[in-house]
Amino acid sequence: MAAGRRVREGFAVYPVVTFFALFSAFPFFWMLITMFKRDHDLFSPANNPFLLNEPPTLEHLDLLINQTHFLKYLFNTLYVGAVVVLITLVVAVPAAYSLARWAGRWGETLGIGIFLTYLVPPTLLFIPMSRVISVLKLHESRWSLIVIYPTFTIPFCTWLLMGFFKSIPRDIEEQAQIDGYSRLGAMVKVVLPLSVSGLLTVVVFAFTLTMHEFIYALAFISVSAHKTVSIGVPTELVRGDVFRWGSLMAGALIPSLPVAVLYTFFLDRFIAGFTLGAVKG
Amino acid sequence: MAPEQKKQPHGPFRFRDDPRLLSALMTAPAVIYIALLVGIPFLLAVFISLSDATTGDPSLDYVGISNFRTVIGDPVFRQSLKNTFIFTFASQALVLVMSKILALALMKEFRGKWLVRFLILLPWTAPIALGTIGWLWMFDSIFSPMDWVLRYVGLLGRPGALLGVNSNLYWLGIPGLAMASVTVVHAWRMLPLATVILLAGLTAIPKDILEAAEVDGAGFRQRLFSIIIPLLLPIMSIAVLFGVVFTFTDMTVVYILTRGGPVQSTQVLASWAFFKGIEGGDLAQGAAIALFLFPVLAGVATLMLRLARRTEVN
Repeated sequence: MAAGRRVREGFAVYPVVTFFALFSAFPFFWMLITMFKRDHDLFSPANNPFLLNEPPTLEHLDLLINQTHFLKYLFNTLYVGAVVVLITLVVAVPAAYSLARWAGRWGETLGIGIFLTYLVPPTLLFIPMSRVISVLKLHESRWSLIVIYPTFTIPFCTWLLMGFFKSIPRDIEEQAQIDGYSRLGAMVKVVLPLSVSGLLTVVVFAFTLTMHEFIYALAFISVSAHKTVSIGVPTELVRGDVFRWGSLMAGALIPSLPVAVLYTFFLDRFIAGFTLGAVKG
Repeated sequence: MAPEQKKQPHGPFRFRDDPRLLSALMTAPAVIYIALLVGIPFLLAVFISLSDATTGDPSLDYVGISNFRTVIGDPVFRQSLKNTFIFTFASQALVLVMSKILALALMKEFRGKWLVRFLILLPWTAPIALGTIGWLWMFDSIFSPMDWVLRYVGLLGRPGALLGVNSNLYWLGIPGLAMASVTVVHAWRMLPLATVILLAGLTAIPKDILEAAEVDGAGFRQRLFSIIIPLLLPIMSIAVLFGVVFTFTDMTVVYILTRGGPVQSTQVLASWAFFKGIEGGDLAQGAAIALFLFPVLAGVATLMLRLARRTEVN
């Protein structure tokens, strides 16, 4: 370990990480300071923009919560996210398990095939998808998103779970089968309880992926009360040319932070999935 | 989580304990879902692009490749195509260099690393539409903090200043600068993903190889270019390929920052398809424009499969 550290001593670490931390996080700091600034302070070009030159105010937050549909957007996001997570689990868990365990090499190929559909972007499909949505009579409904979002959460989560199930030793199931469980019984009673952390990862990612989604929501929902945060904040807090910057920044920052914290906790698993198994251990 | 797991034991016991049958039954829902809602829409995209469908008259009357002709003849389309490539390559080049430096720095142990990690990951972990709104305000034509700093240090807004006498740069108002701004936001967004992927690769390089090289007298630069980078090549290509897919097909950044302006100078394929197809109502042309994303996606997917197969053999 000590040698490994010495090997990489080629440059000063603090200036580098400080620069990148500033670059990455500055827009969020900018949101934070803007949401507490009085308009007068905000719109005085001579004031130092990095400081609160006047006492902080809660008026932007008040406007966001009491005079817009912000809470409704949050609710819609949670609602859509929760249902999508359920659908994803119900579909992806059995698929991932059977591909990881019983399908052999063929399963690996099909698994990669399913993963690759995750790369089919919303921007390629939104036009035909709008047709599908109108056939299903889901226009302007949150259910349009609930039906569409699993098209990217299922591929991604199936792939993640495949890796996870493969890491559980087969002996455990074989022992359970000797003890009289069927294959399915062994999966449900023995393997799934061991996979709680894998399942939790899937819950987190299915949820964050839906929360991040912007394009389908933008294309299919224009009724304000049905919007998710991702589109509600950018589209509804701007009236014509008037940007309510304070509320806009509050609306952008508040939902971002919890999802960022959650995501950061589970990031390593996410990367393990993304690297297609190219990195082991 | 509990309810849907508990459902399974009851019914399926009826099936014979045949792994092939079980396997097919358990994979089927995922395959069917994807076939119905990715496969069919994709075919539908092709049909729509060959028809004269609009939002007003959505019937699919076959008109051959005339939409593609019209689309290609449109100067805005050609501009968008060019921009899409420029944004993708410029931002990925930036990301490649920056992520390398950042990943090497993050290999070290230092105080406050968890915080640095959280901050660096923010552009990827926070919803992109919301992060981009922060940039929109930073690029404001009057209240941009970058302009304020430039004015403060005397580079802007006084007679003889390097960047001009105007008090603002108009980040999103001047074609070249707007393109640079969009590129930087794309790079900002993809940097965390590339960094953590590289970091995973760096961690996997066996320590003894590096130690042996050091014993043999290889300096830092030599180790970097003759050992670390060659060993990282497969994983770096994965990071780049994901970056290409996400940047090439994105319209969120452009939609929020510039809506393609000024004068279409930041328009990209995806946003142009959206403006034509969804906002303009010309479904057929929108679908045709979006289909131009497909060749690049197919190429990237092929490369990824090849990489995945190579790493499997090793």
